Amino acid sequence: MEWQALALSLKLAAWTVALLLPAALALARVLAWGRFAGRHFLEAALALPLVLPPTVLGYYLLSAFGANSALGRAFADVLGHPLAFSFAGLLAASLIFNLPFAIQPMQRAFEAIPADVRPAAACCGLSPWRIFTEIELPLAWPGVLSAIVLTFAHTLGEFGVVLMVGGNIPGETRTIAIAIYDRVQAFDTRSAGLMAAVLLVLSLAAIVVAYSTNRRAEPARGR
Amino acid sequence: MDADGRLRIRLSQRSPIPLDAAFDCAPGEVLALTGPSGSGKTTILRCIAGLDHPRDGTIECAGETWFDSGTRTDLSPQRRSVGLVFQQYALFPHLDAVQNVIAALGHRPRPTRIERARELLASVHLSGLEHRRPAELSGGQQQRVAMARALARDPRVLLLDEPFAAVDRVTRQKLYRELAELRRQLAMPIVLVTHDLDEAAMLADRMCILHRGHTLQVGVPHEIRTRPADALVARLVDLRNVFEGVVRTQDASARRTSIEWQGLALEVAHAPQFAVGARVAWTIPASGIVLHRRDRPSRGERENPVTGTVVECLALGDDTTVALAIDGPAALQLTLRVPTHVARRNGLATGVRAGASLLAEAIHLMPWREMGRDAQV
Repeated sequence: MEWQALALSLKLAAWTVALLLPAALALARVLAWGRFAGRHFLEAALALPLVLPPTVLGYYLLSAFGANSALGRAFADVLGHPLAFSFAGLLAASLIFNLPFAIQPMQRAFEAIPADVRPAAACCGLSPWRIFTEIELPLAWPGVLSAIVLTFAHTLGEFGVVLMVGGNIPGETRTIAIAIYDRVQAFDTRSAGLMAAVLLVLSLAAIVVAYSTNRRAEPARGR
Repeated sequence: MDADGRLRIRLSQRSPIPLDAAFDCAPGEVLALTGPSGSGKTTILRCIAGLDHPRDGTIECAGETWFDSGTRTDLSPQRRSVGLVFQQYALFPHLDAVQNVIAALGHRPRPTRIERARELLASVHLSGLEHRRPAELSGGQQQRVAMARALARDPRVLLLDEPFAAVDRVTRQKLYRELAELRRQLAMPIVLVTHDLDEAAMLADRMCILHRGHTLQVGVPHEIRTRPADALVARLVDLRNVFEGVVRTQDASARRTSIEWQGLALEVAHAPQFAVGARVAWTIPASGIVLHRRDRPSRGERENPVTGTVVECLALGDDTTVALAIDGPAALQLTLRVPTHVARRNGLATGVRAGASLLAEAIHLMPWREMGRDAQV
């Protein structure tokens, strides 16, 4: 059992959720209610990580993070080290490949709010911020929770993108999914099996929490 | 500008929904916006609330300008002080009744809000249900919560968007009575959107007839139903007997006008505004048509007598609706209503010949307007 790899995975998942949630909330609202040209293109682009093979996504991210790209150089200047094969690079990649997992549940939840509820709140004199915190968020809460859980669980389990962008540096980019692969390659099936079981239990627990919250929230939402 | 509490609306735009509407509503008055679906009723209501934004026009309420395309004034819904009851009520599903009302009490000091919310719920007969969520309330109860929430803001204008459309008939009758009772305590203009003419006639002081975003006529319900401004309004308010004729004589001294219709000369109420030879539309309410009774001929039969064949005879409870195909070049039908026992005694049935008199004072002339596509509503 590699505690360091597990800790790194949890840290990566926590940071991903913390950084991605505000942006995904904003994007989910725009996609749910916005009417603008290019909306469908934006929606499709944000869903791309769902269908793209992780190695393809990883390849493009690696190219973008490398010293040959403007983005990669800009980051290297700020961070003092290249983005690729670092925790920061891994986090950046994680933010991107989790976009659909964070946005879609919340978008669906916002879309499910009855159309006149927000105008009604405005007519009650509630400010846009209060409408967001007191009406939209409580109503979309199950979707927000789903987004958090899915993002967290998906980050723990992601393998292809992590391997392409981060490699396998202990304490820096060696996540538990990489560690499992590494242990299997070394015929250490006992260790691999233990870690796989931990990941299975964590993922299952997360999904159960998300699903049961959704179920409980439903009767209260009414029409 | 004055501060008399009046709501004054002037709106116009070509798209997305054509609008050319103008009306006022006095404090305490109920004005019904009526018209077929797609006539722009709800859009106008949303413009007043600040949820939709017309291209051109002005919206003033109680001396305050809420919208003015000329000065680019467009206050947000939060700054307009409107109470709006939505068609599906749009209650906050995660909040109970009292919290729904409190949400609109932001302008009052915090400690007084719960008390005020309870008062409002009591005024709409919902005491005891304060802690039910919308899903736990019936349709009628939800409507009452929506009404209490709309009034919670102490609004300068109360807007009701088809507030009775989503409840059953019995509940609707009850809610009518409650609104009629409640409005006596309300001192702001009340605008009621409804497609139901009977509802409008029953609840409103004045009606505004809309068609494709245009206000065609504003007036008291009885006037609109008996003296529609033109044939289109007559069709929109579901008048049956709308015909075309030509003005034949104008006699100012006898205060009589006559028109030609179906080869007949009809004496009509004096309408000096129409020139001899002008094409006019005319209408007569069912109450202005007197059936010639076989059992008891009367002198009134000499007034505009017409004859024809009964083509439809429909007994609906105490009244029988009779459609009479009038003798003449065109197959025009006159609809009249007689008490069912009279219809029976006179042997009225499909195929029977019958005569009727059109009371001159009941005949209302209107400017002739192309009654083609536009009038098909």
